[in-house]
Amino acid sequence: MILYLLCFLLFLIGLYGVVTRRNVIKIVIGLVFMEFSVFLMLVLIGYVEKGHAPIVDEAVATGPFVDPLPQAMVLTAIVIGLAANAMLLAIAIRLYKKYGTFDIRKINQLKG
Amino acid sequence: MSQLIPLFVILPLAAAFLIPIIGKFLEGFQKAVSSLVFLFLSVLALYFICSGLTTPITYAVGGWKPVEGIPIAIYLVADGLSVVMLIIINVMGFLSGFYAISYLKRFTAQNNFYALFCLMIAGMNGVVLTGDLFNLYVFMEIAVIASYALVAFGIEKNELEASFKYQVLGGIASVLILFGVALLYWKTKTLNIADAGHMLKKTPDRSFIIFTQLFLIAGFGLKAALIPFHAWLPDAHSSAPSPISAMLSGVLIKAVGIYCIIRLFFNMFEISYELPVTIAALGALSMVIGVFLAIIQWDLKRLFAYHSISQMGYVMTGIGMGMIIMSRGGDPKVAALALAGGLFHLINHAVFKGLLFLNAGALEFKCHTRNLLKMGGMWKQMPVTYSTSLSASMAISGIPPFNGFFSKLMIIIAAIQGNFYLLAILAILVSILTLGSFLKFQKYAFFNKPGNPDRQNISEVPFTMCFSMIVLALLCLGLSLLIFPGIREIILDPAVNVIMNSTEYALSITSI
Repeated sequence: MILYLLCFLLFLIGLYGVVTRRNVIKIVIGLVFMEFSVFLMLVLIGYVEKGHAPIVDEAVATGPFVDPLPQAMVLTAIVIGLAANAMLLAIAIRLYKKYGTFDIRKINQLKG
Repeated sequence: MSQLIPLFVILPLAAAFLIPIIGKFLEGFQKAVSSLVFLFLSVLALYFICSGLTTPITYAVGGWKPVEGIPIAIYLVADGLSVVMLIIINVMGFLSGFYAISYLKRFTAQNNFYALFCLMIAGMNGVVLTGDLFNLYVFMEIAVIASYALVAFGIEKNELEASFKYQVLGGIASVLILFGVALLYWKTKTLNIADAGHMLKKTPDRSFIIFTQLFLIAGFGLKAALIPFHAWLPDAHSSAPSPISAMLSGVLIKAVGIYCIIRLFFNMFEISYELPVTIAALGALSMVIGVFLAIIQWDLKRLFAYHSISQMGYVMTGIGMGMIIMSRGGDPKVAALALAGGLFHLINHAVFKGLLFLNAGALEFKCHTRNLLKMGGMWKQMPVTYSTSLSASMAISGIPPFNGFFSKLMIIIAAIQGNFYLLAILAILVSILTLGSFLKFQKYAFFNKPGNPDRQNISEVPFTMCFSMIVLALLCLGLSLLIFPGIREIILDPAVNVIMNSTEYALSITSI
């Protein structure tokens, strides 16, 4: 249970960062925190108490196996997250070149 | 026939891969390939719907057979609702891509544009076809990451800022959706939508389901830009190049927002009472606030973007009303009318909002401004743009015989028959305000005296832009035919049946 709560705490830290920070790069870091808390959550879902690695083989003990599907999902999600973060950082660099600052209070041409 | 389904994903993906490689050496390759691919897929989708869709057609990726009745492969499912969405996506994709051939002359890096464009459509086709929760997330990310890049395509200050805002909010939405998917997997131990729906019906844990639903509705609501979550939409849709605005406003918010809400909340979750009330309330809020925000705008594309929020409100209101009537056990005919009205408005909105953004692009192409106050007197110089935008304006503000009139009428009649008098009054009021803001657009863009003397030598836009606009204007008129019996049974009714008979979807997939 404590692990799930820590996971949720990580999510909240990320959300706090996205909402309160003024620096573009720090907002990106906050988003990454949020993403990775969900990835951790996914891995935790697949965990089985005293489970073995999910390799069905005579040499390995038969007992309970951990669920391999969330692990596959996490790998996919990490790759997608990588693409999304690369895109975000590329835009952040372009923003810095155009405005000469990372401060979002000074990047405010559009009015939502 | 089921072997043809993966083509909807494979062909645009292959095009997106080939365009940057071959397009470097072959002039015009990117334009020819993207147009041909989307034309072919539109025809294929029309063929699917004409051949009658009584049962969903499924395709198991990798050919994995179900084990002990539990589906383990990723299924691609084409049923009435998905095929209607496929037609919208690919027809709009073809017309926007064709329009972009002339429009893109002022941009460099055309190969990148077309590659991203194909990637975005591959993602959206995947979202509407897939029958798997995690696969839905993957395809959705493909579509939205491509759209992030396309919004920033102009790499000027506004575009970059809009794209950053869109990415931060879109990223939060993706995280919420992934969390919702994780929770569903935790409870049901399956990712297949039909199978998960089957398992959720056995779960006695109501609070868990409501918790999951909240995450999913917040995530997809952010993607669909319903009113409390709408902050990114006007910036992103007005900053993108016009063909992309047409795709984003006309198709993307529907495919990754509204469609997912319909699919998950009708075909997977059991219909409760609280949820449709939430959906209808969000819809009504978007409808009213969107139009008030729209009417005060002077930037042409921002005006249209706020109207997208408002019109999505109509769709959500129609769908939500149908759901409330079903959960109360009311008259199924009224529920079907409300759902059909919502879906019909969704189709219509793709057509007329796509056309309006293309018109805005044509005006910007010639006048080099988006400010309504700096335009004026264009009706003589740009007759095609003028007449097509007039038909789109009449369609969106609900003037007969254009398609928008019939879909709004269906929603309002359903609201009155289902005793939602407040919603009916709001829908009429919003329609009047919409008419007002489009009169403003027509007056300032086309009729006022030209403010600038060097605008005298402006002529009509090139052929490919005119072609797309004329086809869409004809569709604005032609789609009114969907309301008549005979045609309605072919296109609208299969989609409505998918929503109404939620158990049938689950049965037809789990029993493969």
